[in-house]
Amino acid sequence: MDRRPQGTRTGSGGSELEGTVASIAQAQFRGAPGAQAGVAGAATSEPAVVRWLLIGVAVAFLAIFLFLPLAVVFSTALKKGLDVYLHTFRDPDTQAAIRLTLIAAGIAVPLNVVFGVAAAWLIGKFEFFGKSLLITLIDLPFSVSPVVAGLIYILLFGMQGLFGPWLIAHDVRIVFAVPGIVLATIFVTFPFVARELLPMIQSQGNDEEEAALTLGAGGWQTFFRVTLPNVKWALIYGVILCNARAMGEFGAVSVVSGHIRGLTDTMPLHIEILYNDYQFVAAFAVASLLALLALATLVVKSIAEWQAGRQFAAESAAGSEKTP
Amino acid sequence: MSIKVRGIRKSFGNYQALEDVDLEIPDGQLVALLGPSGSGKTTLLRIIAGLEFADCGSVQFDGKDISDRSARDRHVGFVFQHYALFRHMTVFENIAFGLRVRPRQRRPSKAEIREKVNELLSLIQLRNQANRYPSQLSGGQRQRVALARALAVEPSVLLLDEPFGALDAKVRQELRRWLRQLHDKVHITSVFVTHDQEEALELADLVAVMNEGRIEQIGSPEEVYNRPATPFVYNFLGNVNIFHGRVDDGKAYIQESDTGNLAFVRPHLLEITRQPNGANHFRATTTHINSAGPVVKIDAVTEWGAPVHVEISQEQFQSLALVKNETVFLTPKDIAIFNRG
Repeated sequence: MDRRPQGTRTGSGGSELEGTVASIAQAQFRGAPGAQAGVAGAATSEPAVVRWLLIGVAVAFLAIFLFLPLAVVFSTALKKGLDVYLHTFRDPDTQAAIRLTLIAAGIAVPLNVVFGVAAAWLIGKFEFFGKSLLITLIDLPFSVSPVVAGLIYILLFGMQGLFGPWLIAHDVRIVFAVPGIVLATIFVTFPFVARELLPMIQSQGNDEEEAALTLGAGGWQTFFRVTLPNVKWALIYGVILCNARAMGEFGAVSVVSGHIRGLTDTMPLHIEILYNDYQFVAAFAVASLLALLALATLVVKSIAEWQAGRQFAAESAAGSEKTP
Repeated sequence: MSIKVRGIRKSFGNYQALEDVDLEIPDGQLVALLGPSGSGKTTLLRIIAGLEFADCGSVQFDGKDISDRSARDRHVGFVFQHYALFRHMTVFENIAFGLRVRPRQRRPSKAEIREKVNELLSLIQLRNQANRYPSQLSGGQRQRVALARALAVEPSVLLLDEPFGALDAKVRQELRRWLRQLHDKVHITSVFVTHDQEEALELADLVAVMNEGRIEQIGSPEEVYNRPATPFVYNFLGNVNIFHGRVDDGKAYIQESDTGNLAFVRPHLLEITRQPNGANHFRATTTHINSAGPVVKIDAVTEWGAPVHVEISQEQFQSLALVKNETVFLTPKDIAIFNRG
């Protein structure tokens, strides 16, 4: 009996020690990104001059290459007043271009979400033959020039293309029509969702899915109740990037579009046409719409990243507690 | 529900994880699969659960072959090593999950689910934490949630993979006792995997000691500890001194020459004296004495230069008043001889 307190003391002493080690590890983990936090930060920080110089260079760079162009877009668009600016959007061709962009993105994004989720899930959770080939294929649109991508569709579906005669015989128009634009957009935005999801799905492992399985959940139940909620923010992030690219894509769409005003012009193509016609205000007005889309994308993206980061932080805090 | 495993083999690529494993688990028992890492114990547990499928052999529940059934249809409760709680669900939702995913005709009503989950929350003493997320809980709390979640579906078998592996020493002790009490209350056939011999011996009704994909011995904790069937079990369960020796005419000779036999002596079964005591003694010199704790641990070097560990009680230590670098005589009270082959 008299030995008992001694035993308990060593026991709790051990756990206290572990706790300290864990909290030190955590402090270092948190301290590392913010340079001045903690003792370790002071040792590795640079003199004030160097710091301000680097910050200055970075800010100047951002100002010249990012903020200035953005400001120019809006100032040029509004140069002749709000009325002229708004007048641009009453033009039927402009409206058609906006409509076509929305249609192309509206088809390409959902399709690539389905494909991206399926591909990321397949690659992340299963082992199969040809897996690395599939990963390479997903990345293909990133490495191929968009113009080449557009040309591929011309070569396949154009008049002299592989399926050209058959398509003409059956009166199906793909190239120089809406289907071609949609196809080109799908191709170019293909990797975004899959690429965003893959690392997230891979890092989470199979444990929760296995747990769901032993609890009697079926494949779809597991997917919708466990897998998907866990990658929610990465998915939203991927969708946003995919959408931004779908709406902003120029090269591939330009090749397959044929530039028929009011019919096959998307917003970026329309901007180019207006600009070449010396309609600067109109061109920049439409451009400002795309710029607004970009800004909105950034906001949603930051929220998504912040949420995903919070989730990650909670998990890593949990993780450091788990491993003694 | 009784579990019977017959001739299970499993390999991952070139690595043979399980080699011809047979195991019988009677209904309502709490069984430990004990072994070092890489001994195949987790693989065996996952094969019983249906999370892994054997290359050959069969798994039977209550005499019925369920080898081809998926984990979903085996009706087992599985507690994962790192709990695998659904991180985006609250404690309540985690526990309710298994009931909510049932097909509609077998799904309990919302009120029934709530009642069942609350009952389990009381059982694991986490009623106030029902709306918390797993990341807000301590390791021990997560462990109990994982257990409650597995129990919610009223499984016929409960399988636990290193249930206390990720917890600190004190919480581990408490949870161990709690699990034992829970098992005595619920009486569900349970199998847990552990590499901690103390945990296995304290908790289990039956211990299956595993090594390199085989089961070395199955028996009660008392049996495997006091009558180890193989050198591995002897070595793995508790501390042991190993001497080379030979058996001749019913007598064991240790450290004569290298003759192919190994003699195992537990540290507490070596009697330590200042004077030669009978015929079966050998001389040793003490090198280190650790007298903190209920037993005193003495390191010594034998007359032929091998290290030897001796454990004696505090009382005996006080009366002997041993010091470092002293010549003593050691008499083995019990020796187990194994062929080295």
